[in-house]
Amino acid sequence: MQHTNRERVMWSIAILVVLLYALIPVVWITSLSFKTPEEVADRKFFSGFSFENYDVVFSDDTFIAALINSIGIAGIATVISIVLAAMTAYATSRLNFTGKALILSGALAVAMFPPISIVGSLFDMWRAIGIYDTWPGLIIPYMTFTLPLAIYTLSAFFREIPWELEQAAAVDGATPMQAFRKVIVPLAAPGVFTAAILVFIFAWNDFIFANTLTSTDNARTVPAALAFFTGASQFEQPIGAISAASVVVTVPIIIMVLIFQRRIVAGLTAGAVKG
Amino acid sequence: MEAATTKAPTAAPPKRGITERARAERKLAWTLCAPAVIVMLLVTGYPIVYAFYLSLQKFDLRFPDDKEFVGLANYGDVLTSSTWWSDVLTTLIITVVSVAIELVLGMLIALVMHRAIFGRGPVRAAILIPYGIVTVVAAFAWRYAFDPTSGFVFGLPLVPDTWQPLNTKEGSLFVIIAAEVWKTTPFMALLLLAGLALVPDELHEAAKVDGASTIQRFFRITLPLMRPAILVALLFRTLDAFRIFDNIFIIQPGGALGTESVSILGYNILINRVNLGLGSAVSILIFICVILIAVLFVKGLGTSTAQQRGET
Repeated sequence: MQHTNRERVMWSIAILVVLLYALIPVVWITSLSFKTPEEVADRKFFSGFSFENYDVVFSDDTFIAALINSIGIAGIATVISIVLAAMTAYATSRLNFTGKALILSGALAVAMFPPISIVGSLFDMWRAIGIYDTWPGLIIPYMTFTLPLAIYTLSAFFREIPWELEQAAAVDGATPMQAFRKVIVPLAAPGVFTAAILVFIFAWNDFIFANTLTSTDNARTVPAALAFFTGASQFEQPIGAISAASVVVTVPIIIMVLIFQRRIVAGLTAGAVKG
Repeated sequence: MEAATTKAPTAAPPKRGITERARAERKLAWTLCAPAVIVMLLVTGYPIVYAFYLSLQKFDLRFPDDKEFVGLANYGDVLTSSTWWSDVLTTLIITVVSVAIELVLGMLIALVMHRAIFGRGPVRAAILIPYGIVTVVAAFAWRYAFDPTSGFVFGLPLVPDTWQPLNTKEGSLFVIIAAEVWKTTPFMALLLLAGLALVPDELHEAAKVDGASTIQRFFRITLPLMRPAILVALLFRTLDAFRIFDNIFIIQPGGALGTESVSILGYNILINRVNLGLGSAVSILIFICVILIAVLFVKGLGTSTAQQRGET
């Protein structure tokens, strides 16, 4: 099909508008992070280029602790939910049994659960059993959203795997373990990896549990630390430092999302469309 | 795709053998599913039941010794307070306005990605950025853009210095909704794009031959066929928007200036006032609201798929 120049111009404008839409807030907070305290108040989109704010956040023990907490807590929650969800997804996509639909719709119902509804109970229970403000105290409630998401994405991916290849390998003389390791694992790995990225992003993003179930550097994750960073110094708003910290936690996610964009789009939509 | 087709066909197995194998398969399936199912029940079911129990108590952590059973009194207190109802209204306004804007914007972005003659890759990459960014970070970006001291918005031409959105309720809601829309439209767009891909091209070609305009084809062919995809996207996003917390917490801390959503109200009572009895009643009421919204959508979804099946 031939495209007229007018069509090309129109599509270029449409694409440009979408790019600006997506990028302006990100470029803005990045620009803020490079401003000195004096430049912050100049209300310009771009001005100055200093690493002062990055020096501040990387020499701040609270931020470093929060970064470690975020990586550890989101990482462990991801591993646990992926392992449990992989078992469930294998069963729902490959085995025949009654209750399959119930498990999938149950997972969907859990995904819709409002976190504020259990924050009070968890606050009370965690203080009673002594896991308030600890890593397990956050990892456990994270299962309420990481597990359903992982089950959904993995079930959708596992349905696409040509499981017959396992039999084919067996016919060719492979042992069941070989067939699994050499045939099924390589086929399933990309889906598992994508689900892990999606789950990690969700856990990394959590604010409500991190805000309510932690109180110190012991388990406070980055989103909660950022929020209380402001609260603590009301008189001199550390806009530059918060922006720098924001960029630090955003960059790794953006890199991951860009590298794996095709799979992430597939993972995001697979569950919803087929479900 | 069912498991039965993948089984190696053994030569005419006796009937008992099949049921035994089916039983073994079911046992394996449940063994595999059990850990995830148990964890999901424990982390959601138990705390919600406990929240219900707490909601029937007078239980303020500042006076823990006064704990006593009060029946549904907490619910009475919440449902007769004007704060609850104004917060429900605020939450509904944020939800309806942001989801409506997201639907339109998301559809436009999906159409750009679906029909673009070039540049699909960069568009997809760009819209995944708002999706991946931490909500709290996005909220800070929007707040600082409209902050009186730092906001670049006020350095723009045509923006009057007297316009200080974060000093008014309407202005704050505008910034909160903008932040919410910006962050979640990509998700909407991707779900709608998946729905668009299911609309057969032949229908468009046939309508084109019959002389239908692009706009006619969109409203008469694309939209009706996408109804299930649209409803699913709306369901996800409505329930998500109804729970709005992070954006308000950062943009207008504490839900000041009448920007309090029901989740912020729950937080303020449970965590700031440590009134677990009253706060749990709010928690349970939010839970009921979410169930009601979900039921309404699922009913809508049911009728729409039934209609489609009837038509084809």
